[in-house]
Amino acid sequence: MLTQIVTFLIFFAVIGCILYGRRLIRTEKVDAVFGNPERALGGTHWVIVGSSFLLLIWLYYSWDIAKGFYPKSANELCQVAKVNDSLLGLKYQFPIEERELKSTSQIKKENKNLKKISIEIQNSEDLNNQQKIILINFINKTNQLIPLLTNVDLLENETKQKIDGITGKINFLTENFQKPDYPFETEQELSERLKAVGEEGGWGITKVNAGSGTIENTIEVPLVPATDRGLKFHVAAQELNLISKEFFKLRNHNPEFKSKIKELKESIKVYRKDLNDNEEVASSYAKNIVKIARRIEFASIYPPNALNKMQNAIIKFDEAQLQAQGGLRFIDIFLFPAGTIIASGPSCSEQGSGRWLPKPSDTFKKFVLMSKPSVGYKDIPLLWIKMVDVSTWIGFILPDWIADVLPGQYPVHTKDGIVKQNFKGAVLKVVTGDFKLLKIPVPYGHIWDSFMRVFLGLVFGIIIGVPLGLFMGLNRFAKGFFDPLIELYRPVPPLAWAPLIISVLGIDNTGKVFLLFMVSLSIMIISARAGASGTQLSKIHAAHSLGASKKQILRYVIFPNSLPEILTGIRVAVGMCWGTLVAAEFLAGTTGIGFVENVAKKYFQYEVIWITIFIMGMLGLLFDVTLRKIIDKTIPWRGKG
Amino acid sequence: MSDLISQNLNMIFKTPKGEKVHALKDLNFTLKKGELLTVLGPSGCGKTTLLNITAGFIRPTSGSITLNNKEIDGPGVERGMVFQQGALFEWLTVAENVNFGLRMKKEDPIKTSKRVDEWLEIVGLKGFGNTPTYQLSGGMQQRVALARCLINDPDLILMDEPLGALDALTREKMQSLVLKIWKETGKTIILITHSVEEALLLGERLYVMAPRPGRIHKEYNLPFASMGLEEDLREIKKNKDFSAKREEILEMIWNMEEEIMGKEI
Repeated sequence: MLTQIVTFLIFFAVIGCILYGRRLIRTEKVDAVFGNPERALGGTHWVIVGSSFLLLIWLYYSWDIAKGFYPKSANELCQVAKVNDSLLGLKYQFPIEERELKSTSQIKKENKNLKKISIEIQNSEDLNNQQKIILINFINKTNQLIPLLTNVDLLENETKQKIDGITGKINFLTENFQKPDYPFETEQELSERLKAVGEEGGWGITKVNAGSGTIENTIEVPLVPATDRGLKFHVAAQELNLISKEFFKLRNHNPEFKSKIKELKESIKVYRKDLNDNEEVASSYAKNIVKIARRIEFASIYPPNALNKMQNAIIKFDEAQLQAQGGLRFIDIFLFPAGTIIASGPSCSEQGSGRWLPKPSDTFKKFVLMSKPSVGYKDIPLLWIKMVDVSTWIGFILPDWIADVLPGQYPVHTKDGIVKQNFKGAVLKVVTGDFKLLKIPVPYGHIWDSFMRVFLGLVFGIIIGVPLGLFMGLNRFAKGFFDPLIELYRPVPPLAWAPLIISVLGIDNTGKVFLLFMVSLSIMIISARAGASGTQLSKIHAAHSLGASKKQILRYVIFPNSLPEILTGIRVAVGMCWGTLVAAEFLAGTTGIGFVENVAKKYFQYEVIWITIFIMGMLGLLFDVTLRKIIDKTIPWRGKG
Repeated sequence: MSDLISQNLNMIFKTPKGEKVHALKDLNFTLKKGELLTVLGPSGCGKTTLLNITAGFIRPTSGSITLNNKEIDGPGVERGMVFQQGALFEWLTVAENVNFGLRMKKEDPIKTSKRVDEWLEIVGLKGFGNTPTYQLSGGMQQRVALARCLINDPDLILMDEPLGALDALTREKMQSLVLKIWKETGKTIILITHSVEEALLLGERLYVMAPRPGRIHKEYNLPFASMGLEEDLREIKKNKDFSAKREEILEMIWNMEEEIMGKEI
């Protein structure tokens, strides 16, 4: 429903905006070369057209338009795919989809193999002449097997009848298939089928495993035929399966062929038995020849025109089923671009762009579902609030040794098994946070964890990097002393450090925060250093002759003068940290937005992958916009000094 | 005695190649309190070096320079400096810039704000207190720099081509302002300039310096600064005496420049 509305909205928006744009052009200024001299301005209407096209392409290539307008088409195409799947084996016997008869290509292939072996044998240095003669003889005998299969005169009556029987079955199926009430479903069958359809659900439904609160993979395409047309194909596919099985069981083995191949096998067997251990090469050649003979035996090779009737029957059925598809074919061609529904064995799946490009409607639904704190991902919500007692933090901040240094002993239980609390014990409870004060809401979840890691890494980087950078910008010793350290670790891609740091500091927050600290530290040092060393000497002189001390110059001149560089550095560092974090969460971890994407990848949950990509993009944008606002507010003089 | 006395002042720089450059050689002069000295000379004659030594930013190689009988051995509040580009702190407003020196001395902000307003009025920037300095024109920026320097009440004001970057009209106005401030405050001022006219107009005394080694080539005592306090500056420029002096000094500097060029070729 939503998809249809959105699709129509997009159409009208695009048409409206284009018309508006055309009308605007008439009132715009015109310059000789590129028309409007204010072309750099763009325009909201063109932005709407652009984003509409993007959404339209997404809707179209994810097959969401097909799902929105023809929700049953996937199920029907699945049934068609089943027919195609069953028909495929039979079709391959004939020049329908292929260029040659299967028999022809098999004969060609085995002739080639035999030729290759015979040349190898003749040129071999490991074989003596006698062995060569025997092996070539085997090859010739194998070659002589083929005409025994392709000679019409040798074709047995029984085989002929069986082929005719199969042909008759196909023709009967074709006849029945064209009847409108095929497959003659009874009331009971109908009700059972509809019940199964109801249980199975629709195309791309999302199942939530309530117990563990995780999102399961969606059932891509429902299998049970939901429509009458679908049922027709479904039943035909089942019948075709039986026919095809029957055909492939059939062997074109006449008595002469049987005796000849038996003779060949026996003689090779005897020959191999009599060979010594040092004549392995001859033995393996003989084995290869037997293999080829066996392939010819099971290849279903028939005389050239023996299967003509059956070929015609299959072509007829194919035509009939194509006709029965009717409008479905156009839906398949136009609304399932870059792929279609494919059946393989018992299941149907989307193959093509619809597979890896999740439908916007599904993605949106899944996002709403994942945003629910009770669902989340892997038992952790994306972003939610939990109540945490303030005492936890008090216990964290106060060191435990406060209780240890107090005079007296910790309470010991009495002989009655009672523990009497004393002052020292009570203090220990306070410093370890083992008491109740008041609970305050604290955010948590995957997004919050990722955010906090970036934030902490950045804050530590700023706290240490800015003073150090300023110092390095002002002092030759500091510059020289710290430069090698920074220049050694900075050029290494941060992710190259990740395995080392994560294995030393653990997969939890510590390792990641430290990694991000490393990333932001070098950026902050370099930007603060550039700011400090770029301070004009005249400004320092001016401050000096106005009576400022060294400390005051640092605080009131050099620091504010470096602020533009420092803030730009923070902006760069945020981007770098964000990129590094997600990759670090890929490597190891139990929470975080990168972790979610990594797990989703393992289960091919394309919707979740796209959701995480979207969340990361939005958060990155949010960081950048916020920082840009802060920069504009704090340093309006930037570039104007 | 609150004079600026320079005795045998020498300044020798070493270039990275090891050559010695004699920027100032045996400079001897005395500047009495309340005098306005302008220094003129071709580029490379050591004008700015002299100013930097006086400000205390660099130390002379030999010789001594004293103000009020005290050896100058570093920058100090008693010697205010005005730079060519103003060197204003663009992260502060006009008033905050002017207030900078008092703030560094940790004076009571309520008292200082009154003085800031007074000084802004003197330099003609009344009502601009809350304007960010990057929104000011070049001339206004120099007024802020002047006020910022003067609010500290220095004994000696050093001006390093303060009007060099201004357009002719603004420059004339600023020249009057400098004279006005000189008269009202009675400060000792050293002003370095490239412009012969400016040196003649503003200088009670005028040193023409010569390069290689930097030295005082000729000294003038001029009446035009005192005249400028009453008369229009443009009228003074029409004065015959003024024109004669201007031509004389120009000729002198031309000769110096030619001498340098000749040496180089």
